[in-house]
Amino acid sequence: MKHTLSVLVENEPGALSRITGLFSGRGFNIESLCVAPTLDKTMSHLTLVTNGDEAIIEQIIKQLNRLVDVYKVVDVSEGEFVEREMALIKVRAEDETRAEVLRMCDIFRCKVVDVSPKTYTIEVTGPESKLRAVTELLNPLGIKEITRTGTIAIQREKKTI
Amino acid sequence: MTKIPGKQMVVEAFKKEGVDIVFGFPGGAIIDVYDALEKDGSIKHVLVRHEQGAAHAADGYARASGKVGVCIATSGPGATNTVTGIATAYMDSIPMVVLTGQVPTGLIGNDAFQEVDIVGITRPCTKHNYLVKDVKDLPRILKEAFYLARSGRPGPVLIDLPKDVQNARAEFKYPEKIKLRSYNPVVEPHGKQIERAFKLIERAKQPVIYAGGGVIIANAHKELTKLAEYIHAPVTMTLMGLGCFPGTSELSLGMLGMHGTYCANMAMANTDLIIAVGARFDDRVTGKIEAFAPNASIIHIDIDPTSIQKNVRVDVPIVGDCRRALKKLVKAVEADGRPPEVWKERAQPWFDQINAWKKRHPLTYKEEPGVIKPQQVIEKLYELTKGKAIITTEVGQNQMWTAQFYKFDEPRTLLTSGGLGTMGYGFPAAIGAQMAFPDKLVVDVAGDGSIQMNIQEMATAMEQRLPVKIVILNNQFLGMVRQWQELFYNKVYAATEFSVTPDFVKLAEAYGAKGFRATKPEEVDETLKKGLETEGLAIMEFAIAREEGVFPMVPAGKATTEMLLV
Ligand SMILES: Cc1cc2nc3c(=O)[nH]c(=O)nc-3n(C[C@H](O)[C@H](O)[C@H](O)COP(=O)(O)OP(=O)(O)OC[C@H]3O[C@@H](n4cnc5c(N)ncnc54)[C@H](O)[C@@H]3O)c2cc1C
Ligand SMILES: Cc1ncc(C[n+]2csc(CCOP(=O)(O)OP(=O)(O)O)c2C)c(N)n1
Ligand SMILES: [Mg+2]
Repeated sequence: MKHTLSVLVENEPGALSRITGLFSGRGFNIESLCVAPTLDKTMSHLTLVTNGDEAIIEQIIKQLNRLVDVYKVVDVSEGEFVEREMALIKVRAEDETRAEVLRMCDIFRCKVVDVSPKTYTIEVTGPESKLRAVTELLNPLGIKEITRTGTIAIQREKKTI
Repeated sequence: MTKIPGKQMVVEAFKKEGVDIVFGFPGGAIIDVYDALEKDGSIKHVLVRHEQGAAHAADGYARASGKVGVCIATSGPGATNTVTGIATAYMDSIPMVVLTGQVPTGLIGNDAFQEVDIVGITRPCTKHNYLVKDVKDLPRILKEAFYLARSGRPGPVLIDLPKDVQNARAEFKYPEKIKLRSYNPVVEPHGKQIERAFKLIERAKQPVIYAGGGVIIANAHKELTKLAEYIHAPVTMTLMGLGCFPGTSELSLGMLGMHGTYCANMAMANTDLIIAVGARFDDRVTGKIEAFAPNASIIHIDIDPTSIQKNVRVDVPIVGDCRRALKKLVKAVEADGRPPEVWKERAQPWFDQINAWKKRHPLTYKEEPGVIKPQQVIEKLYELTKGKAIITTEVGQNQMWTAQFYKFDEPRTLLTSGGLGTMGYGFPAAIGAQMAFPDKLVVDVAGDGSIQMNIQEMATAMEQRLPVKIVILNNQFLGMVRQWQELFYNKVYAATEFSVTPDFVKLAEAYGAKGFRATKPEEVDETLKKGLETEGLAIMEFAIAREEGVFPMVPAGKATTEMLLV
């Protein structure tokens, strides 16, 4: 099962490598990892997507909490939450496909952020499923390059971590 | 406020933390701290012969005394030499502060002379570690290091101190109190959980207390004994738990697990309630996990939530300090009102069964005419020391025979590397323990292989005039590995036989110590007596039956009831 964890961690040197080291050292998976500062400059916020059965997720959360630098861990996928990811996709766009690419952008409400005679670069935002759908549809047209941010997530309604 | 250099802060912090002894080995990147220590003169420094020795000695000091052990090393090779000692302490949750020198901050990352990223290397085997970049942070970091090392689940903490920071000056404001928003170990157990635990205890017909190293760490042996005696429950201990409950008590089942007693393993297989206290269900204890304690409900008291529910499903988890939890449990039992006699009577059928197991396969060994059996040496050692010595062990058969045949009644009297199983641990640890308790008898029970891994510390012990005693059970084999080869690898003794071992008696003499040797059973007594009566450092070497095995033995991956017996 996929789980999305929100982790607040002290903004200390080495904190991130403690976390990634914990995952590699204990054989846990990281599907994606996103780190950014928070309003409080002394903390970083980290969204981590991992998978495993209940027992493994329980261990992951406990092991994260055990790290001296980790302030808080929440499994946001336990309740209602919003998750988003962004991808930048450089697609081949030559005479015969140029219009087709734009049409798809329209359907998926993507933005064209860079144009060249032979390519469009498209910005897609949404849950992972949307990114997958877009890449699958663009693939036949010729994706030249793709970069993704990894998932970020937040709990719905009043809950805060 | 006057400013003082970083090196001076280190000394001041040590004094504030009550550090009276440090173990270490100098070098260019730590020379400034050494200078400050020497000029101050109030902290005893023990110069070892190898930094691994310093780390183990600090660890032995910590285990014996319950205080934080401190060791110091220089950058690069000095730092890497401590790593095995740090990992050893980490696996067994031992409070330790390791201070390493580092190249000046401006050179970090440049492959400078004797530079190594020791913070990176030790990240997975320390509780926490620091690279100090600004001397202004140093007082806080020193304070935090000691606090982290000894609080919650203890462990080693490393501080990497660049040479320029050692000499940079700042005001020294040592924090009196400490609060870390991201580190709040739960100490006080939840009352509701105690109630739930008591309900299970009350209902259990065949309970077992499974006690581990956490009881010793928490100094909870009195509370544990009180609970066990009150409810008349049998107690089995992990290797790390030996001594947390009197091994001579009629309630004791001895050690459980791979080389545990028949009785302990049978009791675990048949119990309806495991009361686990400061023990972490290690694979050496559970054997094949699917077959472990099939009928049991489990109460698990541990200060570290990661230990709970890691390997086995637990019915009543109790997170907190086990001393407090045990106190609360005893209170709950007393409040219930049934006197101990009632509990005892109720336990009778269970004890009839236990005593039958005890009788069927007690710990034993076959005597052989003309050959010294290692078990006999340990039994005699127990007798002559009246069970009062601090025993350290190396790793292997020597360690297991000690665990089986020396009856530990007091906590902090068996110092052994359980989690990492580090050969070469025992002797430097004995040095640390002897430094903590100059007047106690400290004996390292060693194998001929392990003792050679830190034999250089003989010089340290001589220099400090430490009367440590070393008992070498010499089988001229890496015996524990040989035993596996005998049982599971068709007796192919790949790389486990020594064709050369030093003359340990002469070796002792070379260091200025005394050496004694026994080659026949009738010499065991005399040799032990002579050795133990020697004033200073002494080696007693016993030429033991070369292919003696440790039994019972649960083959790796088998159920703990599938024991190979003598
Ligand atoms: C050759 C060899 C053979 C071995 N064979 C055996 C064997 O047959 N049987 C055996 O038992 N072991 C054996 N071991 C040792 C084994 O590998 C483990 O080290 C040992 O079983 C772990 O002991 P423990 O569960 O008591 O945990 P420890 O490692 O002592 O851990 C202590 C636990 O207590 C907790 N704790 C710490 N402080 C507190 C506190 N204040 N309050 C509450 N909890 C606290 C910690 O969080 C941790 O979970 C062997 C080792 C070697 C090298
Ligand atoms: C540093 C280290 N290397 C290797 C091992 C693997 N090992 C475990 S027991 C053992 C044999 C130890 O031999 P010895 O000290 O003679 O003890 P014996 O088993 O013969 O009593 C070995 C090699 C270990 N535990 N530690
Ligand atoms: Mg040997």
